[in-house]
Amino acid sequence: MPELLQIENIRKTFPGVVALDDVSFSVAPGEIHTLLGENGAGKSTLMNVFTGLYHPDSGRMYLNGEPVHFTSPRDSLSRGIGMVHQHFMLVPAHSVFENILLALDKVRQVYDRKHYQQKMQKLIDTFGLDLDLDTEVWKLSIGAQQWIELIKLLLRDCRLLILDEPTAVLTPQETERLFKVLRLLQEQGKSIIFISHKMREVMEISDRVTVLKKGRSIATLERGHFNRETLAGLMIGRDRIPEWQRNMQMSEKIILDIKNLSVRNDRGLADLDDFSLQLKEGEILGIAGVAGNGQKALAEALTGLKEVSKGQIFAGLVDITHSTARSSYISGIAHIPEDRKSIGIAPDLDVADNLIMKSFKNSFFRRGIFQNRSAIRHNAEEKISRFAIKSGPEGSPVRYLSGGNIQKVIIARELSEQPRVLVALYPTRGLDIGSAEYIHKVIVDGAGRGMSTILIAEDLDELLKLSDRIAVMFRGKLVGYVNPRQTTREEIGLMMSGEKQDQQP
Amino acid sequence: MVEILLDATVRAGTPILFATLGAILNERAGIINLGIEGLMLIGALAGFAGTFYSGSSLIGILAAFAVTFVVGSIHALITVQLRGNQIVSGLALTMFGIGVTALFGREMVGQTIGGLERLPIPGLSQLPIVGRAFFQQDLLIYTSFALVFLLWFFLYRTRTGLALRTVGENPAAADTCGISVSLYRFLAVTTGAGLVGIGGAYLSLAMTPMWIENMSAGRGWIAVALVIFSGWSSGKAMFGAYLFGGITAMQLRFQAIGTDISTHILQMLPYVFTILVLVVSTIRLQKGSSQQPQGLGLPYDREDRK
Repeated sequence: MPELLQIENIRKTFPGVVALDDVSFSVAPGEIHTLLGENGAGKSTLMNVFTGLYHPDSGRMYLNGEPVHFTSPRDSLSRGIGMVHQHFMLVPAHSVFENILLALDKVRQVYDRKHYQQKMQKLIDTFGLDLDLDTEVWKLSIGAQQWIELIKLLLRDCRLLILDEPTAVLTPQETERLFKVLRLLQEQGKSIIFISHKMREVMEISDRVTVLKKGRSIATLERGHFNRETLAGLMIGRDRIPEWQRNMQMSEKIILDIKNLSVRNDRGLADLDDFSLQLKEGEILGIAGVAGNGQKALAEALTGLKEVSKGQIFAGLVDITHSTARSSYISGIAHIPEDRKSIGIAPDLDVADNLIMKSFKNSFFRRGIFQNRSAIRHNAEEKISRFAIKSGPEGSPVRYLSGGNIQKVIIARELSEQPRVLVALYPTRGLDIGSAEYIHKVIVDGAGRGMSTILIAEDLDELLKLSDRIAVMFRGKLVGYVNPRQTTREEIGLMMSGEKQDQQP
Repeated sequence: MVEILLDATVRAGTPILFATLGAILNERAGIINLGIEGLMLIGALAGFAGTFYSGSSLIGILAAFAVTFVVGSIHALITVQLRGNQIVSGLALTMFGIGVTALFGREMVGQTIGGLERLPIPGLSQLPIVGRAFFQQDLLIYTSFALVFLLWFFLYRTRTGLALRTVGENPAAADTCGISVSLYRFLAVTTGAGLVGIGGAYLSLAMTPMWIENMSAGRGWIAVALVIFSGWSSGKAMFGAYLFGGITAMQLRFQAIGTDISTHILQMLPYVFTILVLVVSTIRLQKGSSQQPQGLGLPYDREDRK
């Protein structure tokens, strides 16, 4: 079959990092080709080379057999290559209409609003979506925002669609709908490059799978020639997956009791609305829900980043909602934030400094008013080896590390003081299997020592695997609890869309 | 009495209105410009000198626009092309403007020009109360009315305006849509600077038809504040500029009538008002009802891996 897009021996370096090293890849017309790889394997970089956002240092690229050289996304778009980025390229303050219009080609200077509205509406109806063109994008769910991105590309008649982890923000039902649309597009002869970490999805949708590892393309397999095990093996290679044992014993002692909590967001709307939750000692409480339904507000209220407008939080019998006890208690809560680069670390400081951010006042790290650099360095060396952090040269900024290693730095810092409660917000988002497994092990080991974890995650498989109980959130409210060993993905999916109210187990 | 006060309000508000509209254009593209004060002075001097040498106010106005357009490209070069610090570059521009106009303005001190004439619009200018203030004005004031509408129309009803707003909100999104972030930003900064220059020219051509060193007297800073007050919208900018103009007109009136209040206190009023405006708008900003472009003040580098 003639290939639509083909690249050969692509190499791309960033200061101090080889992001892509001799990568070859191709996609045929009407094919769904999955790109699989750990974070830091170079998937995003490769995508950005396809779209012309990055310029490769060397290598060749062919479109329909013709050599091409994209200098900007404008070039690739005009040749029919479009991408839905993992971080959506939308303007939250603009309406859906404006966001889509911007992406269109040959719009007249003073445009015919009606004409374009009808055109967009037609496409929205074709896919049976529920999108109001005049709504501002920030008011929409993440799933809906993704549809906007897709519509943008389809209206531009893209032949090749690149989807960077599109299912990370969807409910199982929404994912099904996306796959239906993708198959429809495939029938129309469009090619799709699909990126995902979820094996179940890769198995379901891919015609071919290419595995990237450490900036190299190490294998391309046709449907029928791959299964979960072979793919996982290729992705992780020789890296050992840590093993862990789940300790199912759990005490009934409630250590965190959240009663009728309400939290307002920056725009004055309710992020959490009359939300109640109980956390038991030594349990892993999974929180399921589509991103944007109040999970972040919950984590921020618990860790003191956000003010509570109504309701109470009890730690044992102590009300820590507002009192001065709050700040000292909160310092005992470990927090793995959602946005690891902007909240979790100080990106321009090195690993050693990031590791003492919570404890730099300890006498251990001080000599009077001065820092004790050798103690800080020893601490860093110890943590780096204990948590297996690949930290690069000493003193280099943390932001040059891969996502998984940044996450390990955060975990090393947060867990080193034996916290009683861990609030983990999407701790494995965007991480490769090896790093994700490592983080699972840390959480499970912590539970064995009596640490309670609130685990907010988007991957249901992850929640089902780790949690003792799963609480489902929808629009800032608790829908109900389920027992992970007695529930189905479908049941949780329905609850995530607010449809089913389950009883408390 | 009301007619005269209203007329003085519009005339005092106009230079600030031009400057605010120019600054809005800058900031909508994501570039903060703290060089407004300096640009106003340069515009005032260029406008005056252009009129003085050519004998035509129109040429003076064009000179003001052209010179500040070019000077604005310094700020554009530093902030857009070189991705420098916008605050520092803007402050430098203000200091540059104060210095350079003092230097080259020496020959213009004490010279006189005709100044802008009032062009009454037949019929409308005879309306009670508003006739004098809005329909017996000069060319630049009419231009400013049109500009308030045109800027709104440009930003909200044209493709280029939408692209410009996107560049200010989320330059990466604009880039992936094939919009040249640096070109848009560059032109928004220079054109905005040109508008600021016309605001400056209004001072030296119409308000007081002469060149006085440092004659902008902080109006550029007031424009910077009004951008925030207006929530980056041209209609509210007009309201804010006239509010400021009204306070200026009133304090001048008080001085003319002669009160016991010290003139220094009276002259302070517009600036006290500016501080109040900033306090109020900052509180609004914190409440999250702001319209501030999300990419404001952030240089855009496509390959920056943050």
